[in-house]
Amino acid sequence: MRKGLTWFNVTSIVLGFAFLYIPIILLVIYSFNASRLVTVWAGFSTQWYWSLLENEQLIDAAWVTLRIAFFSSLAATVLGTMAALALTRYGRFGGRTLFSGMIYAPLVMPEVITGLSLLLLFVAVNFDRGFWTVLLAHITFTMCFVAVVVQSRLVTFDRTLEEAALDLGCPPFQTFFKITLPLILPAVVSGFMLAFTLSLDDLVIASFTTGPGATTLPMRIYSQVRLGVTPEINAVCTILIAIVTVVVIIASIVTKRAESQREAEERAALQ
Amino acid sequence: MAMAGEKGRGRWFVIAVPYLWLLALFLAPFLIVFKISLSQDVVAQPPYAPQLDLSNGLSGLTDFLSQLSLANYGYVLDFSNEFLAAYGSSLIIASISTILLLLVGYPIAYAMARAPRSIQPTLLMLVILPFWTSFLIRVYAWIGILSPEGLLNQGLMALGVIDTPLEILNTNLAVYIGIVYSYLPFMVLPLYSALEKLDLTLLEAAADLGCPPVKAFWKITFPLSLPGVAAGALLCFIPAVGEFVIPDLLGGSDTLMIGKSLWTEFTVNRSWTVSSAVAVLLLLVLVIPIVIYQNIQQRELEAGK
Repeated sequence: MRKGLTWFNVTSIVLGFAFLYIPIILLVIYSFNASRLVTVWAGFSTQWYWSLLENEQLIDAAWVTLRIAFFSSLAATVLGTMAALALTRYGRFGGRTLFSGMIYAPLVMPEVITGLSLLLLFVAVNFDRGFWTVLLAHITFTMCFVAVVVQSRLVTFDRTLEEAALDLGCPPFQTFFKITLPLILPAVVSGFMLAFTLSLDDLVIASFTTGPGATTLPMRIYSQVRLGVTPEINAVCTILIAIVTVVVIIASIVTKRAESQREAEERAALQ
Repeated sequence: MAMAGEKGRGRWFVIAVPYLWLLALFLAPFLIVFKISLSQDVVAQPPYAPQLDLSNGLSGLTDFLSQLSLANYGYVLDFSNEFLAAYGSSLIIASISTILLLLVGYPIAYAMARAPRSIQPTLLMLVILPFWTSFLIRVYAWIGILSPEGLLNQGLMALGVIDTPLEILNTNLAVYIGIVYSYLPFMVLPLYSALEKLDLTLLEAAADLGCPPVKAFWKITFPLSLPGVAAGALLCFIPAVGEFVIPDLLGGSDTLMIGKSLWTEFTVNRSWTVSSAVAVLLLLVLVIPIVIYQNIQQRELEAGK
């Protein structure tokens, strides 16, 4: 009944967001610390960012990670969108329960199990481990996240437009690209971004499935973190946080604009 | 009903490609893990035996089957090894974390659902944003805060609250903080979507009939948000049981969690067969929560239709 902000609600939100953001903000601040001791503030400095440029191992790892994230999320977006269509549009088919089980299970499956099982598969079929095995592993676990995001858009979607196109003789393939895809595009884009960040972020599955020459950035960060907190790692993390924040904000502005444009067009079409 | 593909090859193609992908790269690997959990470690490539060899026809298969054994399970379930304790302690740590997550997440989700409509998308975005930044980074951030010479201890000592640094890093308390922090968006989002759907006229009716707000909360709001509570709790509990990064970086040497034991068994002891048996048993522990979670998800989607 009481809409709006009571003192209890304001306190919960403020405390909750403080909890979520203070650790990240502290990490960013201490990446500009002049001292090598991460917990003693000794003035502002950008030296750790410059020293990163000379750290070739880290740059190599970042490059491997970005390539894996880009290609795996691209493939995961296609496969995940197909899976979402199969689950929402094609009614009952043989083995549908198994199929939807295989879509939902990876969302909660502990990473150690997924990683170990994929590694043993690659060993059993004698597939050389490295870039490609990490790529295949990432496609597999991120496509399920894409499927769920796209599926939730497909179920709330006005089917009459598709039906009208089909009734007017538009072939199904063309109907998908002219009607369905533009309407679910925001969900497909957020699915892609989710897959991209999950892949960028993954330590456990990549550690199991990788081989020589394909060390990813999280693996590199992890092995350094185990030795202790250093300002260089804070600097790497700050750069990653900055990239992700900028991308997420741009994406949300773009989808918002696309949505309001679509609404305006729909209104115009109805008049 | 369905989009025209119904008749054509298009439908077949759209179903078959992701289906076969998941059969090959999600289901088949589990069968391999199961098979290897029944094998023995050997010094060879690959480092387990028996191998299925069908060159001699059917006798190869019977040979193979006769060499499988449950020895690894016996080893994992032996009390003198630490695996059973690790399963138990993982379940306890995950349960306590889930309860803490509910206590922290519920007020946030509730306040978000009650906030003016115009700022709700912004609040939602602010909850999701930390989730986009790396999990590893967020766990790492806590090392600098909780360590003995870390920012929390420095702050508390500067304020004169404590004289000697608190030992938080490398204890189970740090693991709880890490899990609650990293999983919070997974708890808040399902709770928010359940609370946001709540019909506020129900609460008005209760108030008109003289029901005090706190009682109305327990009689109306909380029961109606239970699907969100269940979804959020499972979404946090299941991965938390198998968590590796948080106990490894924030926990101490006495923090027992099965994800960490599996990792150590695999990378340090290099026993593929025992790690497989650990994975199979972990999956058995989690299969019921996973099935419940799937049913909730399925029902949510059917309701959305």
